[in-house]
Amino acid sequence: MSVRRKWPAVIAALMAMTANAEPIRILDEIKSGREFQSREVQAQQADDFANPGMLWVERGAALWKTVDGEAGKSCASCHSAATTSMRGVAARYPAFDADGKRVLDLEARILQCRSRHQRAPAWRHESEELLAITAYVAQQSHGLPLKVAIDGGARTTFEAGQRLYTSRIGQLNLACSHCHDRQWGKKLLADTVSQGQSNGYPTYRLEWQTLGSLQRRIRACFYGVRAELPAFGADDIIALELYLAWRGEGLAIEAPAVRK
Amino acid sequence: MSNYRLSVPERVARATPFLVRLIIQHPMETGFRLDAAGAAITKNLISEIVCRLDGAEVLRMELSSGITANPLFEFYAVADKNCELVVEWQDDSGVHASARANVQVAD
Amino acid sequence: MTDRRTFLAFAALPALSAQPAPAQSNRFEADIGPLIEKLTGGKPVATGRVQMTVPAFAENGQSVPVTISVAASEGAVKSLHLFAPRNPRPNIANFHFGPRSGKAAITTRIRLAGTQTLRVIALFTDGSFGSATAPVEVTASACLDMTAS
Repeated sequence: MSVRRKWPAVIAALMAMTANAEPIRILDEIKSGREFQSREVQAQQADDFANPGMLWVERGAALWKTVDGEAGKSCASCHSAATTSMRGVAARYPAFDADGKRVLDLEARILQCRSRHQRAPAWRHESEELLAITAYVAQQSHGLPLKVAIDGGARTTFEAGQRLYTSRIGQLNLACSHCHDRQWGKKLLADTVSQGQSNGYPTYRLEWQTLGSLQRRIRACFYGVRAELPAFGADDIIALELYLAWRGEGLAIEAPAVRK
Repeated sequence: MSNYRLSVPERVARATPFLVRLIIQHPMETGFRLDAAGAAITKNLISEIVCRLDGAEVLRMELSSGITANPLFEFYAVADKNCELVVEWQDDSGVHASARANVQVAD
Repeated sequence: MTDRRTFLAFAALPALSAQPAPAQSNRFEADIGPLIEKLTGGKPVATGRVQMTVPAFAENGQSVPVTISVAASEGAVKSLHLFAPRNPRPNIANFHFGPRSGKAAITTRIRLAGTQTLRVIALFTDGSFGSATAPVEVTASACLDMTAS
């Protein structure tokens, strides 16, 4: 068996043997995407005034108190002050929702609250409102370590994400792990390959000139290897998000991060 | 589009330049980008920002598509007495906005 | 069987064959001489008297921090004019200092369409000029990303 084809098979075999046991961690050391940015970009992130992502956080703070939908409620109506109620939430997302029996990422949870409890029309993915509220909620966990649960109901989604992460996709026939597990720290043209960690999302990406979600970033990765883009909210994307969050366990939430 | 932050120090020394920081949420759409269908996305830039202190001009900025989206500006102003700092701008789509900050001179 | 080096070379292909976003680095540097002449009326422009700080290497041309300042000892500044010769609109920004300015200094973030040498011209109230240049190496992301979401 060629070296290239080894990993998915190895992981599948190990998973079969060790169902519900602690999955194998590939990375020896965990590094936030921040460590792969230039000094200027790092400084921009550290400065709350200069960090453009904070503009969305502020917008989110205003939206948090805005009544919307037939139920006549705002987020604050149920959750009071986000500084207390939302602290730690982003650090444990994506999470399994016992009601719907599926894993939700932060955006999906917010959209669910909006439709179920506020009875308000859905926000589009990457809309200003959804980005603002997500950024605001995620920012409440700033500095807290990422730690998601992958047991119980989340296990199948986690395994799907792990499998997808190590599967070749696209015209370039590359798996995420090829670059981000095995070649991180090395150069690809002028870029230094990062570990592809998710702790900074939603992130102000200089490339986008705006704040964007992890789902947008994952879709961009699929584009990078010339693969068909998973739809926003697709099972594949949620599974990858859960796997990424587990893979980056311990990293401090940096939302809203600044990345190139 | 008019989301912004304007900051001046809490107290400034009389007749001594103090730092003004301004960040504006704005796409600064160049007019060069194409959408998925291949059509040019309409240009929408802030082409001028004017800052005044107590009615007198501090800084007038003429900008182009060469300024990044959600731009940050850091510049200086100088005050003799307690007064108001006003920054005004308008973009191509006609949105007009202004930001104000109170300047307190330390005695 | 391919080795790692071939893999990475192969992976670099999308960046080379990409449909670039408009205003990327295949454009030439425009001759900004006529633009500067319009400012100075053809009078000679001294090098110096104005400082420009910009990173030598910008990993993304969409947002590059730049600081321009003139020391008080140089005299009163009327305006600063910033040029990026390779940008589709080379005169990026002009800064006019009023009576309440106190200090001729500005920091902002600019877009650069590729590696080029920035140029700033300072106009002093006494009719004299100063200038500074700064080269910036601009690269793009190795992995493609669409501009729209």
